[in-house]
Amino acid sequence: MVSGDPKGSLDRFLMLIYSLKRLALAIAIVSVAMFLLFVMTYLIPGDPASVALGPRATEAMREALLVKMGLDQPVWVQFWNFFVNAWQGDLGNEILSNRPVAHVVLEQLPWTLALIAGGMIWSIALGIPLGCWTAVRRGGLTDRIIGVFSVAVIAVPSFVIAIYALLLFAVYLQWLPAIGAGNPNDFGDQLLHLILPSLAVGLGWVGYIARMVRASMLEVLEASHIRTARAFGLPDRLITYRYALSIAILPTVTLLGVGIGQMLSSAVFAEIVFARPGVGKLVYDAILTRNYPLVSGAVLVTTALFIIINLFADLIIGYLDPRVRSRF
Amino acid sequence: MNVLEIQNLNVTFATEGSTLRALKNVSIDIPKRCIVGVVGESGCGKSTLINSILRLLPENGKIDAGTIKFEGHDLTKFDLSQMKTVRGSRISTVFQDPMSALNPVLSIADQMLHIQYRSKLRRKEKQEKSIEMLRRVRIPDPESALKRYPHEFSGGMKQRISIAMAMMMEPALLIADEPTTALDATLEVAIIDLLKELQSQIECSILFISHHLGLIAELCDQVIVMYAGEVLERGTAHQIFHDPWHPYSARLLECDPANQTSRTRQLPTIPGEIPDLKAIHKGCIFRSRCQYCEDICTTVPEEFGINGHFVRCHRKSQ
Repeated sequence: MVSGDPKGSLDRFLMLIYSLKRLALAIAIVSVAMFLLFVMTYLIPGDPASVALGPRATEAMREALLVKMGLDQPVWVQFWNFFVNAWQGDLGNEILSNRPVAHVVLEQLPWTLALIAGGMIWSIALGIPLGCWTAVRRGGLTDRIIGVFSVAVIAVPSFVIAIYALLLFAVYLQWLPAIGAGNPNDFGDQLLHLILPSLAVGLGWVGYIARMVRASMLEVLEASHIRTARAFGLPDRLITYRYALSIAILPTVTLLGVGIGQMLSSAVFAEIVFARPGVGKLVYDAILTRNYPLVSGAVLVTTALFIIINLFADLIIGYLDPRVRSRF
Repeated sequence: MNVLEIQNLNVTFATEGSTLRALKNVSIDIPKRCIVGVVGESGCGKSTLINSILRLLPENGKIDAGTIKFEGHDLTKFDLSQMKTVRGSRISTVFQDPMSALNPVLSIADQMLHIQYRSKLRRKEKQEKSIEMLRRVRIPDPESALKRYPHEFSGGMKQRISIAMAMMMEPALLIADEPTTALDATLEVAIIDLLKELQSQIECSILFISHHLGLIAELCDQVIVMYAGEVLERGTAHQIFHDPWHPYSARLLECDPANQTSRTRQLPTIPGEIPDLKAIHKGCIFRSRCQYCEDICTTVPEEFGINGHFVRCHRKSQ
């Protein structure tokens, strides 16, 4: 216990220390991810120069390209160059158009980010209320129906949801547009085009979050501080949302951080099914055209994205739970 | 004039295949400005008694019969919204474990503000009242304490804060559920003194639950001895501690470590165990462990009393 310190500054200091620690950890994890990615690309059979030049290239051309790409250097020099360049934002050039990989990926990133953000909004906006609701009315018919629904949407793969959502809402009912990302100059149209793909990405997570929130709510509602709150006659809404949910939400925030990773992979399917631009579509096309620098660059960016989002999840936890930030 | 009058309270819990009789014909009076202690072993129904008064029984618990008259109203007839107007304003509670009784993610300020949610005061005034309460329970630097979170305080401090919260709305009745059990012996005295002091200032009554006989003797005006869901004896602290009528009360006092006069390797205990409350009992509930058990004890003893000293035992009523 720290005494005599005005809470505001002490608390901000603790939060800063906590944030810096998390940030350092995130940088370390990105570095490890870079190393693993480098090892994986290095271990892919065949050399990139032959792939890039095609079957009719001469040996001299091949060697010239190897030197140009720096592949004649020892492995550790190659890794060091890759590592330093990547931290500076240089992920090499892609093979087909010779444009910087970083540019190509960053161009597509906002589409995917919008898709994942949409998926998050779906899963939070539906999952948390459903979880709360079923926890407060546990054992009832609605609890059981929502339970079955949750397990069902967790079990169904996202591309199946994507296809059926497309069929139902776009083809039969024609409420929502089927494919594409919408008119680039019309934000409303873009939002409209985002509804179905983001639902496909997020629906499984509605189930996860509903189950998770329900379980942790039930646990928190049994806690003695909730009994104290009841013994003080506090209103039910206050108890449910400020006293119970604010604690029950904590494991869910962590879960969502991890969930982003799965949403990233669902985004690949959603972008293909709905013919949307995005990193997933980019990787898919790059694999088909054997555009390896682009594949590895896109994977690195999404990995970094995943780690950054988890960093945010940790920071949110630190913000929500005073016990976490003082534990350093 | 009594703040709380409990008459013939019967509470049962529905368990798998059977019913557990947690409270049987419990009658308790708590006079105004009086501290009433409840003693008994674990499982004697102390917690059920509190939860019945607050109507916070678990879902399988039910008040079968009896009345709980509080300030002239029968709480057993109250619905949930009526109960909410009583809880925290007219009856408040200090719970056993201060470590888990406060919400870990809300600041002390928030929790103390929430308790005053019925009050018409402005936010600023409520905050001042919270600070004033923290000062009264002797929290150092109450202004900054208000902004902190429960985990930043020690157990004793947390219990002081709990007491501040409970006393803030100036209740007519404070229920203290073993408020010092989780604390060091040195803190115990300080907390008891604090309770006494606030009680005399606010002029409330206290229902003090404990299995620490020394504390009860020191703090309470009246004492209730409970056993296996029944009140076996009640009277003034002096009556119970100096002239216990019921064999159980007498044994309980003998077993108090504070009453040991000679060195011993083994503290005395009452032989036998608390009876299974799921079974149907005939006669006196303490019969199986009583050294004076006779034939007549197979019939239920009526409550017998003079001068405010009541007992349920055939030995006394014969």
